[in-house]
Amino acid sequence: MKTDFRYIRRKVFGTMMLGLSLLAALAAVSMLFWILGYTFVKGISAVNLDFFTKLPTPVGVPGGGLANSIVGSIIVVGMAAMMAIPVGIATAIYLSEYGRGAFASTVRFVSDVLAGVPAIVAGIVAYALVVTRMHRFSAFSGSVSLALLMLPIIIRSSEEIFRTVPDTLREASFALGVPKWKTILSIVLKTASGGLVTGTILAIARVGGEAAPLLFTSFSNSFWNFNPGQPIATLPVDLFNYSISPYRDWQQKAWAAALVLVGMVLVLNISARLYLARKGFKRNG
Amino acid sequence: MADKIAVEGLNAWFGKTQALHDINMAVPENSITAIIGPSGCGKSTFIRCINRMHEEIRGAYSGGRVVLDGEDVYGSGVDPVLIRRRLGMVFQKPNPFPTMSIKENVVAGIILNRRLGRHEIDETAETYLKRAALWDEVKDQLNKPGISLSGGQQQRLCIARALAVEPEVLLADEPASALDPISTAKIEDLFTDLKERYTIVVVTHNMQQAARISDRTAFFLSGRLIEYGTTDKIFTNPSDKRTEDYITGRFG
Ligand SMILES: Nc1ncnc2c1ncn2[C@@H]1O[C@H](COP(=O)(O)OP(=O)(O)OP(=O)(O)O)[C@@H](O)[C@H]1O
Ligand SMILES: [Mg+2]
Repeated sequence: MKTDFRYIRRKVFGTMMLGLSLLAALAAVSMLFWILGYTFVKGISAVNLDFFTKLPTPVGVPGGGLANSIVGSIIVVGMAAMMAIPVGIATAIYLSEYGRGAFASTVRFVSDVLAGVPAIVAGIVAYALVVTRMHRFSAFSGSVSLALLMLPIIIRSSEEIFRTVPDTLREASFALGVPKWKTILSIVLKTASGGLVTGTILAIARVGGEAAPLLFTSFSNSFWNFNPGQPIATLPVDLFNYSISPYRDWQQKAWAAALVLVGMVLVLNISARLYLARKGFKRNG
Repeated sequence: MADKIAVEGLNAWFGKTQALHDINMAVPENSITAIIGPSGCGKSTFIRCINRMHEEIRGAYSGGRVVLDGEDVYGSGVDPVLIRRRLGMVFQKPNPFPTMSIKENVVAGIILNRRLGRHEIDETAETYLKRAALWDEVKDQLNKPGISLSGGQQQRLCIARALAVEPEVLLADEPASALDPISTAKIEDLFTDLKERYTIVVVTHNMQQAARISDRTAFFLSGRLIEYGTTDKIFTNPSDKRTEDYITGRFG
């Protein structure tokens, strides 16, 4: 029968498409696993307790670690997050809860443009804004450059999450005689909190591995530094410096730094997912 | 009976389209008034104008007076936020706050505006869950999320939440249209009980429901109030041909 033939043809075609897309997915995933695996194999031999607890040693002196740059990365990214999160979420609240008209569209447009700006440009802006005025490289200027990168990511993800909060909840709150600002703080923010945390963690993970903007802002440092006004070592910058050095020992450390960096990003991503999963579970009872 | 609400020359717009035309209507105290009419005739818009929720929609505005106990709800110096506490509202779809437990939902309108002690919270929750005829079903699970309840229970939870703010009027927009017959009957019984304390205005598509529970019925058509009178009169001897056609199911 004719219809049967068509049915079979559709079936075959469907199966073929499924096979092709599966193949593409497999290629993409295996590439990722290959990168992860390669980093692991190359880096694991240099990852030991010293790597996490000791300062770097001068060239030729074996041992030592990158404790200062691990902590430095946490400081720089942490300060960036403290700047970008409040501003980003407040902007997202404005856009989703108040923003109408030309000004809001402008803000949204600027944020989209900012999202497409190459990381190194964020670095040079921070360089011009902070480094040239302070007359020195500093952890703070590095944080400013990373904050510039985080900001549009946080604005966009948060705005989207605020929009998923149903209007019926805002209406329910208004109808109870709750003012708008209170509704936003107590109902909208709370309902969106799971998504906000996840979006923020992902934004942190996204900028945590940036080296380019830090090269000429936070620079690097072979010693401990906890002063935001001084240059500070970070993992991505050390990774860069060590990998282009001619010394085998340093190249080895660069692989280890890469592995630790990937590990940190992985941990952030997984915790974001776990957080969301737990939150969703609780909400459904 | 004294008039609780007097609507005078009310017009309402969504941008350029006018949704209500010159509505005049008085709602007696401690009564149930049903609003009926075909879809899109302006029933929701009408009750949302009473508690000033209409203006929360972008581009929406209204003109005319809504007098509550002698005071114009739209008068200058009247805070819409405060007036809404006197005019409680229940929506078509139950909308408990998903982040809050059953107990927290009941007191939400209060704790979002002022501090409340633990003991007070428990007492208030019990009072209004009882008043909304939900207490017996949920008293052992007060800390479970509000959205874990069934649709009918959620709607009574929302009624409890509205009542906890101590309004004088309860506005309900098709409160039972998303519910099964048993839950619907519960809501209807509840409204009949609540009439003693509150003035109730309820939008409904269900003609039998209007006939069962309301004292007065208003028939809307294309944004106009066609006929308004005692439910008895509207359902047995309407003066307007259009009312009769609608009630007998000839259109709408
Ligand atoms: N947000 C809105 N923007 C523009 N027009 C609207 C909006 N809401 C309602 N309207 C229009 O206003 C008129 C009245 O709508 P309303 O929601 O009050 O009707 P209703 O009687 O409640 O209908 P239903 O029985 O379907 O709920 C309709 O013609 C509708 O198209
Ligand atoms: Mg409606």
